[in-house]
Amino acid sequence: MRRDVFQAIADPTRRAILVLIAAQAMTPNALAEHFDSTRQAVSKHLRILTECELVKQSHTGREIYYELELKKMKEIDNWLEQFRKIWEARFTQLDSVLSKLKHTKK
Amino acid sequence: MKSHLTFDFTVNKETNTVFVQREFAADRHVVWDAYTQAEILDQWWAPKPWVSKTKSMNFSVGGRRLYAMCGPEGEEHWAIQDFTSISPKKNFKFFDAFCDKDEIINTEMPSSTWSIDFEDKKDTTLVSITIGHKTLADLEMIIAMGFQEGFTMALDSLDELVSTIKK
Repeated sequence: MRRDVFQAIADPTRRAILVLIAAQAMTPNALAEHFDSTRQAVSKHLRILTECELVKQSHTGREIYYELELKKMKEIDNWLEQFRKIWEARFTQLDSVLSKLKHTKK
Repeated sequence: MKSHLTFDFTVNKETNTVFVQREFAADRHVVWDAYTQAEILDQWWAPKPWVSKTKSMNFSVGGRRLYAMCGPEGEEHWAIQDFTSISPKKNFKFFDAFCDKDEIINTEMPSSTWSIDFEDKKDTTLVSITIGHKTLADLEMIIAMGFQEGFTMALDSLDELVSTIKK
């Protein structure tokens, strides 16, 4: 199944994982301590985040650390432009509604 | 005329806040009605091709608006707005959360707190909207969802453009 960034951050646990590893790279075990869910569940979330390229792995000795893939997180910033456009579109619609209201009042 | 109207859009990632400001060429009481009456809200709240449908709205402190953003593919995003403060024609505040059509709030989706100010300018009304989120992740999720809707919107304009070119 194709995965996208939106899908990755649509889950609250995955969002919490991103917040945690944004501060520092962490192992799956260290991450699991922050959640009620099992280590397996956390691993599954990490796999999805990795597939979406929002996190990357680095190996230190036998431990695997997960860290944030900043480049991909920047994509979310690019979405801001879309978000801004929604407001613009909304307000343009309101402009025409307001001018209609003015005419009916007269 | 449109180009003379102020438009400001700022996202503050330190405070997890979105700030939107816009001037409207109408009297303050008319703009106030457009923001607080369901039948007018539904005419503009959803960016086309999305449509806003208000199922119920009790605009009073402690009251609620239940509405859906309906997409072109039959998507329905239900949300509630619980009004927490109303100073007529000046400001109102509400708590916003996603839910299903039976008003069961989806706690896995980010909620937000809104404050909307109305202010007289020379010939216009200035509206300032402040939207607060609990965490940066919540804010980013909302932006990502906006992306989805903005994208359908963009595709729709493209359709229009293409059909104009054809003619």
